[in-house]
Amino acid sequence: MLVQDIVFWILSLMAIVGSLGVVLVSNLFRAALLLILVFVAVAGMFILLSAEFLAVVQILIYVGAIAILIIFAVMLTRDVQRGNLPNRMHIPAAVFAALLFTALVAVAVDTKWDFLPAEHQERVELVQVSAVTIITDEVLNDEGLSLQEQEEIQESGLADLLISDYVLPFEAVSVLLLAALIGALVLVRPDRGTGRG
Amino acid sequence: MNCVLGSDNILNDTVLYRVIYEAVGNVLPCGLSYVVAGLAMMMILVNGVLVGAGLFSWVERRLIGRFHNRIGPNRWGPFGLLQPMADLVKLLTKEDLTPKSADRLLFAIVPVAMLAPVILTMAVVPFAKDTALANLNVGVLYILAVTSITSVAIFMAGWASDNRYAMFGASRGVAVLISYEVPVVMSLLGVVLLAGSMSLDDVVSAQNVPFLLVQPMAFFVFLAGISAELNRTPFDLAEAESELIAGFHTEYSGVKFALIQAAEFGAVLTSSAVIVTLFLSGWSGPFSEYFGWAWFLLKIGVLAFMFSWVRATLPRLRIDQLLAFAWKFLLPLSIINLFATALEVYFLRDDAGTLATSDLWVMAGINFGVAFACLIIFGTLIKEKVRPARLITGDTLSAVEAD
Repeated sequence: MLVQDIVFWILSLMAIVGSLGVVLVSNLFRAALLLILVFVAVAGMFILLSAEFLAVVQILIYVGAIAILIIFAVMLTRDVQRGNLPNRMHIPAAVFAALLFTALVAVAVDTKWDFLPAEHQERVELVQVSAVTIITDEVLNDEGLSLQEQEEIQESGLADLLISDYVLPFEAVSVLLLAALIGALVLVRPDRGTGRG
Repeated sequence: MNCVLGSDNILNDTVLYRVIYEAVGNVLPCGLSYVVAGLAMMMILVNGVLVGAGLFSWVERRLIGRFHNRIGPNRWGPFGLLQPMADLVKLLTKEDLTPKSADRLLFAIVPVAMLAPVILTMAVVPFAKDTALANLNVGVLYILAVTSITSVAIFMAGWASDNRYAMFGASRGVAVLISYEVPVVMSLLGVVLLAGSMSLDDVVSAQNVPFLLVQPMAFFVFLAGISAELNRTPFDLAEAESELIAGFHTEYSGVKFALIQAAEFGAVLTSSAVIVTLFLSGWSGPFSEYFGWAWFLLKIGVLAFMFSWVRATLPRLRIDQLLAFAWKFLLPLSIINLFATALEVYFLRDDAGTLATSDLWVMAGINFGVAFACLIIFGTLIKEKVRPARLITGDTLSAVEAD
């Protein structure tokens, strides 16, 4: 446990210092790179929770795609050489950030963070594995689980959960992505009256 | 034999690690030998990639020499074999310049950030039976995730250098990396579907028939995508010498340049290793119980030779051709391949969800037909689509003026 504690503290420090840096560093490009550091630290947290799949996807999507898009956006920003200029939006932004922070703290306090009992550990690991590999019946039989438990595991793979129990958040995220897509198109379209677009 | 790994320890699957661990355990206490064996494995990995990169630089220069009908480096050592060492000494003794207006910290991080993904990739590749440093059950995704860090490094190089050529090279390079990531990922999904697992060990053991035969189109798309991501001719726009000096690493010299070069040559080897594992049945072959590593190296050698061959033969593409090739040619091909593979797996698998060897041969037959048809159809389509002159014909110009 000791090693895991040390790693946890290092990762937490990385994430906290990194996020503070994202907000406080005036060089926008460096801020974007610090954001990548935060993403990597969060991926490390996922590995610590033995959720390798989520960790790898975190790196693939956030570092490989989102961070790159942010950097592209930074470079297309005017006055990027003069750094992070203040603007009129800082009061609404502060209010929104405070609300978000309160919500996160409330959820964190409310959640029961107890360790899983040992007999559930195997099942949780199998659910993790089922995200990336087909679990054959023999493997399930070897684990000595009852038929009902076997069915539960086979039905609780990540993909199945996404389109059954968590279908509403899943759809909400897709609508969000669609909105972002349309927003980007609106931003880059030529001015009205050109007869195009 | 004082120290024995617990049976639930995942490192137990790695034979090489277990052997080193037990050997060191005879001398040192168990906790320490756990660390020492881990460090030894990392040593093998890092040095394997770096020495391989050095050797490959010599092989490639000799090969390209032959392709150009000249000799290539042949002075230092037998057949010029020690040339990489001479190059290294030269680069290490050169002045290590940093431009005055550069972002010093980022400028210094770049070479490491370029080299790290290359070495990290090799960690999950099994080079003989049970020898992958880490047999992750998300191996295929891990490779994609780790290699995606390269685009950040290229961006950092362009930005930190504060040089326009470097910035141009970096934006080109990242545009290429982002575009080719999509078909590469899509083509890998076919392999994952066939193997039923993302672990590279499982992918190798599932290849009773090499996936090169079962997934010819995925292989082609993956190969093209990977050579674009490797920044090599004909896709070397990010460092096109005749246009951008040296692209994103224009300002790099001395040790840093050596590291970037090592990363580029090493990347060819690790990509070959990944292709061998995914499509050419990895270390398996006759007598692979004992000579798996030899098969693995041989297959890597064949692929690396092919990469050099392509580099010496084909001229560079323009950036619009390059992006059109990714989005209009490779992406549709990979989507068709994924769809065809999914249908075939759905209809051919048995109740347990596994595929028999005969089914693989059936799929190979169908997929070869599909591949030829698609290559011909999309080949003719793209030939008409990419016509550069159209952009500056009078038609378009007058439309712009009307605005």
